[in-house]
Amino acid sequence: MVSNQATSSWLYRYVVLPLGQMLIFIVGAALLMTLFAYALAVLFPTPRPNIILADQIGRQLPGMIISGVTIGFVYAMIALGYTLVYGVLKFINFAHSEIFMFGGVVGFEVIRRIADAGFLESWSPLLLVVLIVITSMICSGLLAVIIERVAYRPLRGAPRLVPLISAIGISFFLADAVRAFEAVTRNAFKLTYPVSNIPALSTPISIQIGTTPVNIRVTSIIVIVAAMLMLVALNYFVNGTKLGRGIRAVSQDMSTASLMGINVNLMISLTFFVGGAFGGAAGSLFGLNVGTIDPFVGFIPGLKAFTAAVLGGIGNVTGALLGGLMLGMLESFLSGILVYFPALGGRYTDIFTFLVLILVLIFRPSGLLGERVDEKV
Amino acid sequence: MKTKRFILMVLLTMVAIAMNAAVLRAQDAKVIKIASQSPLSGGQALSGTSMRNAIELAIADLKQPLVDLGFDVQYVPFDDQATPDVGVSNAQNMVNDPAILVVIGHWNSGVAIPSSEVYNTYDLAMISPANTNPRVTSRGLSVVNRVCGRDDNQGPTGAKFLAGLGTVKSVYVLHDKTPYGQGIATFFQTEAEAQGIAVLGFEGTEEKSNFDGIIQPILATAPDAIYFGGIYDQTAVFLSQARAAGYTGIFMGPDGTDASDFAALAGEAAVGTYYTSAAGPLSVFPDAAKFVEDYNTAYGENPQPYGPESYDATAVALHAIQVAIELNGGELPSRAQVAAAVRGTADFQGLTGPISFDAYGDRATANYYVSQVKSGDPALWSENELLDTVTVASPFTALLESAMGQ
Repeated sequence: MVSNQATSSWLYRYVVLPLGQMLIFIVGAALLMTLFAYALAVLFPTPRPNIILADQIGRQLPGMIISGVTIGFVYAMIALGYTLVYGVLKFINFAHSEIFMFGGVVGFEVIRRIADAGFLESWSPLLLVVLIVITSMICSGLLAVIIERVAYRPLRGAPRLVPLISAIGISFFLADAVRAFEAVTRNAFKLTYPVSNIPALSTPISIQIGTTPVNIRVTSIIVIVAAMLMLVALNYFVNGTKLGRGIRAVSQDMSTASLMGINVNLMISLTFFVGGAFGGAAGSLFGLNVGTIDPFVGFIPGLKAFTAAVLGGIGNVTGALLGGLMLGMLESFLSGILVYFPALGGRYTDIFTFLVLILVLIFRPSGLLGERVDEKV
Repeated sequence: MKTKRFILMVLLTMVAIAMNAAVLRAQDAKVIKIASQSPLSGGQALSGTSMRNAIELAIADLKQPLVDLGFDVQYVPFDDQATPDVGVSNAQNMVNDPAILVVIGHWNSGVAIPSSEVYNTYDLAMISPANTNPRVTSRGLSVVNRVCGRDDNQGPTGAKFLAGLGTVKSVYVLHDKTPYGQGIATFFQTEAEAQGIAVLGFEGTEEKSNFDGIIQPILATAPDAIYFGGIYDQTAVFLSQARAAGYTGIFMGPDGTDASDFAALAGEAAVGTYYTSAAGPLSVFPDAAKFVEDYNTAYGENPQPYGPESYDATAVALHAIQVAIELNGGELPSRAQVAAAVRGTADFQGLTGPISFDAYGDRATANYYVSQVKSGDPALWSENELLDTVTVASPFTALLESAMGQ
């Protein structure tokens, strides 16, 4: 009876709670944006002749929500890398966008090699996806650890701007190193995941909601499910294991933690590994979803994810998730709706996205959930 | 020490002057240079290198008449890196070499337009094999000519073709916000509306990877066709995502689609795509068979689209120089004389058919081709099916013809 109770409370703390939190964030962000969209439709019923905005919104609402959640989870997973490192070292790892890119390139190398060996059709798509994501997680995690060891650890006592510059340097180095490598080995700049050639991944799932036919991309579902699983695992790792406790201790007070017998360098390496692994997974999932990446693909998603981390409250893991989902949803709705406004169009999405960010930060300078000073992880 | 250095400097300067004089004397020995500008490095190097190879081949094949007149013909390829500033700075370098009489180029209209302003100042004739933007010639520069068609005819060709299918009642137009992409998308849109096709949207985007947000409103408006005025590195990525999101209608693009990388990027999603081009597939030019064979022997692959056009541009240049020499009594002609001879080209028989330039330097009548992608395998790109060939007079020729008719 006691052990049963322990199991159920364990399940509640490490599975139900984080999943419930994610669902609340998703539903909340979707509701907020839907309200905003219909408010626009009330203000401007027909922004263009022959376009009734409310009808259009009704038709593309499910699609916008799904694409918002998909890109939102990608942003959230990258944002975790920024936020974890900030929590421990108090500096922004600007090379993280290239760790994301590296994950995408590793995923491409894996699936390309499988395709070249002729196994693309015979292997189960699920196995392919798992293989790609796991490999890119390990490679990106290790890369992040190496970067920390080579470029940040020697500078740990230096003024804050110094590791920042080092991070920017690493970022340039990685992008061009990958470009040179792909140019030499494949003579290619654009790297294409052969997703279009796997019918199970490229055929959308059609469902009917009321009178609206909705097509859901299989890769979107993969991104969402994978991200949710990994976030649940991260929550367990940080809050439920001894290593996670070590990381939290280091983030609270590095010198005291080391006095308590915690190996600070190991914990920092571990933080970089976890953040890098999430970035790598995000990269390969992003590659699967969009189909084509290149060595400079990391910049924009990296910037957006950094924004998401700040929006949610940097240093705060839950904040990164909330910020990512909010930003993704905002972007998806704006690019879906702005096209109906003459002279505006979807190309102005970023202006409005960042306008919202500035407004949020004016009223809540430490982000939506606030920068957690006590428990930074 | 200082004196020694000074003496060394003086000596070096004298050597330099002597060498320069030697070079100048060598140029006196009746050297004619043909220059070219195309991207030889970077993302579009495939096309630019193919252009250079075709020009090299043409000079080797066709320089004999000039050699017989006692001239030495040399080829100087420049790399414009598909970048306007590099193109202009190359142009400024080449106008300083008096032996350069003609430049063949460019690949990108956005590079050709600013560079040709420099050529024009120095009367250096430019013959373009591949720049389709109307503004290349519509500025009325006397030195600028092209052997390919124009986007204000290519865009409408696509719209007419879609209208001719009979099943397309509505279209959603996208473009990449560059002069080329937005330009041709605008021409397409105007003609589509004239043909009675409803244009449901006209959107520009610089997005290169995640098109999810753009696809949602397209799915909601449910067009029969999407037209994307852009280059394959963007349009192919968009297409594969649109297909994965459930778009089943027609997809069409301009000649920016015409590269085997389109199939490499879009995979199976590329199949069925329609595209227009001002460059014909190699199979439509019976005279080009020998060129393709020679090209294969020399470079081990097929020429890319606009290869025969590059060959023809060079042939026109060499012919015009010969005419200018003869008019000049066998002496080396001035650049202005060569430019006038190039503009005067009439009924020159090239690989791509007869070439005449109108008063603006456009090819008097140019062909436009509509093709359909047959396979997602980039190696089979040359087997795409040619569906329609349209011959359209250049705007000036059309004007002339209508005036004559009245």
